[in-house]
Amino acid sequence: MTRNVDAIVIGGGIHGCSTALHLCLAGMKPVLIEKDYAGRHASGVNAGGVRQLARHIPEIPLSIRSMGIWEKITDLLDDDCSFESYGQVLVAENEEELAVCRARVAELNALGFTHEELIDATELRRLVPAVAETCPGGVVSRRDGAANPAQTTSAFRRKAEQLGATVREGVAASNIRHSAGLWYVDVGTESYAAPVLVNAAGAWAGTIAAALGEPVPVETVAPMLMITSRVPHFIDPVVILRGRKLSFKQFTNGTVLIGGGHLARPYQDRNETVLDWKSLATSARTVFELFPVMRDATIMRAWAGIEAKMKDDIPVFGPSTRHKGLYHQFGFSLHGFQLGPGAGAVMAELIVNGGTQTRVSGLGIDRFHPSTL
Amino acid sequence: MFRRSEQDKRPPVQIFVDGVAVAARQGDTVSAALLASSCDARRSTAVSGAPRLPYCMMGVCFDCLVTIDGVGNRQGCLVPVAEGMQVEIQKGKREIGK
Amino acid sequence: MTMAPKRETYDVVVIGAGPAGLAAAATSAEAGLSTLLLDENIGPGGQVFRAIASTPVTERDQLGADYWAGADLVQALRASDAEIIHRATVWSLDRNLEIAVSVGGASAFVKAQRVILATGALERPFPISGWTLPGVMTAGAAQTMLKSSALVPDGRTVIAGQGPLLWLLAAQILRLGGRIDRILDTTARSNYFAALPHAFAFLTSPYFAKGLSMMREVKAKVQVVSGVTELSASGDGRLTNVSYVAGSKRETIPADLLLLHQGVVPNVNLAMAAGIEHRWDELQLCWSPVLDASGNSTVAGIAIAGDGAGIGGAMAAVVRGRIAARAAVEVLAPAAAAKLAPMATLRADLAKAERGRVFLDTLFRPAPQFRIPAGDTIVCRCEEVTAKDILDAVAIGATGPNQLKAYRRTGMGPCQGRLCGLTVTELMAQARAKTPQEIGYYRLRAPVKPITLAELAAIPKSEADVKAVVRG
Repeated sequence: MTRNVDAIVIGGGIHGCSTALHLCLAGMKPVLIEKDYAGRHASGVNAGGVRQLARHIPEIPLSIRSMGIWEKITDLLDDDCSFESYGQVLVAENEEELAVCRARVAELNALGFTHEELIDATELRRLVPAVAETCPGGVVSRRDGAANPAQTTSAFRRKAEQLGATVREGVAASNIRHSAGLWYVDVGTESYAAPVLVNAAGAWAGTIAAALGEPVPVETVAPMLMITSRVPHFIDPVVILRGRKLSFKQFTNGTVLIGGGHLARPYQDRNETVLDWKSLATSARTVFELFPVMRDATIMRAWAGIEAKMKDDIPVFGPSTRHKGLYHQFGFSLHGFQLGPGAGAVMAELIVNGGTQTRVSGLGIDRFHPSTL
Repeated sequence: MFRRSEQDKRPPVQIFVDGVAVAARQGDTVSAALLASSCDARRSTAVSGAPRLPYCMMGVCFDCLVTIDGVGNRQGCLVPVAEGMQVEIQKGKREIGK
Repeated sequence: MTMAPKRETYDVVVIGAGPAGLAAAATSAEAGLSTLLLDENIGPGGQVFRAIASTPVTERDQLGADYWAGADLVQALRASDAEIIHRATVWSLDRNLEIAVSVGGASAFVKAQRVILATGALERPFPISGWTLPGVMTAGAAQTMLKSSALVPDGRTVIAGQGPLLWLLAAQILRLGGRIDRILDTTARSNYFAALPHAFAFLTSPYFAKGLSMMREVKAKVQVVSGVTELSASGDGRLTNVSYVAGSKRETIPADLLLLHQGVVPNVNLAMAAGIEHRWDELQLCWSPVLDASGNSTVAGIAIAGDGAGIGGAMAAVVRGRIAARAAVEVLAPAAAAKLAPMATLRADLAKAERGRVFLDTLFRPAPQFRIPAGDTIVCRCEEVTAKDILDAVAIGATGPNQLKAYRRTGMGPCQGRLCGLTVTELMAQARAKTPQEIGYYRLRAPVKPITLAELAAIPKSEADVKAVVRG
């Protein structure tokens, strides 16, 4: 049996859920199809960083748009998502790195972006008292923060459903086809038909795009994270490094999350990852050197979520260049969580209004001409 | 709560619990030595501060966590006592490493 | 002194030195395979043969002949060429058979051609009101202290629950001169009828006569209340009272120590973290790994033996250990397999050892009110989450244990779900009118036991890191 809906969204990560919610807010009745459950992969298990800091320039407008939604997330979702805003700090470990920071902030300022601010050693120490004394400064984005990723993704899913979205979890979308102006997708024995199809399938989105004739240079990755036992409060902002792979965040409950992009081996077909402890040891060494106070902290658990990484590290976002009614929203390359709320809002505008005031022109799938693959 | 059977002929070992000397026996785990002693070995949890004593004594419940020779969050039920060992009862959220 | 593993690779690595692990390692080494046995405890024996090589209990009858049978297993192992490391905490095992083990505060990695998991069982959570109070422990905890340190209860002591271990413990405490004020038997009356069809196998099993004489021995000295249908512990800062209902009568008695026990369940953490598939066992009410007849799991190269493979008791564990090891030998050194007991003999031994198990499982199946708590009773001891908290999270959309983590942090404390996982699954299944199999379990992750950041930082660099430095 075929059910007609206004839009079909494939993928129950924060992007699919946010787009479904914003379509509902625009008066549409979408179906959201998720092969596992909402937030099962990267969206539910990422570091939860809500970060405008250190982003690629083409995605900064989307990030700024998203930040405005984050700051009123409770109004939107009736759930605070454990969002907190203590800023994010990028630490330069030496003068060379600080020079790169200085140039970056100057470049952003020239483009009219003011969210990143260069800080000296004194301000760095004020914001991050525990950091090693050898660090000469860095960059802060003061409105940034962090949220609970699983709670956030669940909240988007829940609100979308409350506003009229149909949520189908536990069965994969299959047999995607286009006929007489409608997209058809099978979910088990049922089919859905809609004029709009949103491909927000995360690590599985590249396959969908390729099957629809739009192959892109994408790989599946699984960035690893680890978390400590509860320790007394000693740091407020999220800390990232300029030169080495590290992100660092203490939650209100006292636990400290350590990430930064070291990769596990993904087994995508099994929804599994195998951790690389030698790389996690590298993260541990970095923390050991920069935060001496953490040396005897206890590592409780480590994990990795499966997601899509583009060759150029920026997402594929916007309408298809080949098919009417098809929209892509994937490939967020280890930094999609903060973008989720804004990307859903902008995607709904693209679908409903045919355009948006938020500049996303550099993110389209058209940047991958077949010769670039 | 517990007492030693008279047939136990193992040699004595002295440990210190929050600085106070406690008599243990060779082969005791830290948790067993604490439960056999008269000292108040109740830790308080990092979440609510509720008092706890060891529950499982086999390494699965983590209610026996103690600081041993300066290293925190160790499972007292898996660590054998040693002469002069310094044990601290954990109260609340731990200082890192304590 | 504890030592790190001598080699980086082994034919067979056995994890856990209880009955299954001791038997498996001895069998594997006897066939000439390079064998490493890693065990978390101070000495061999696991739980059932705890402190078998060091117990201060010298009056052998007090522990019983079944206990001392463990000494032969240890002797056989020590006579073999197997490398044995105690106080070795395995904190990671993956599907590539890479094992991370912490010994003496430093971690090492070893790789195996075959892994035999013999991580045994743990006592089923007994989530009653007040079970987190100081003075409430498991019966197994008391037995551990009795065997390894000759410690016995000396305050007002109540033992509550059901199952063979409970009676064995009571007998041992009494023999060593310890104190028991009352035993509260929670075996559901209806279980006696349910178990009846399986009684014949049990009557002809070795458990029957032993069990009966032990119960007689205990009942002669301690007041036993049967048919207990409600149970709670109370006190301010420590246990002072135990309340129960038996028949229509509610009673509250003063107590310093309450020992709880309602059977044992497989210790699944390492197996699940390695990616081994488990299924809900509706009779034993726990997760059991999916295994073939030789104990091979769904992850190639990893077998499970002993109670971790599904509860079967110590005698079955020994045989399962031998079967798993023989299967490893057949693959890695087929010629050497001829030296070992034939598989057919081992399978016959196993059938004998498992005789009567269905009767015990049926008779001692814990009642729902002792597995699935309500209201303010704590479910997750580490994060102090109550049954009501969990039901509230279900009401606003938590569909399974992994989603629940985002709402309430259940299972995210240091015990990693060992003391709440079964309760959470059953509670959510009941609340959502699903089966436990449909609800599922926590996705478990390494490290399965916490390690310090400094220990992790001290792990040697990977080849890729070294190359990066050389290039840079």
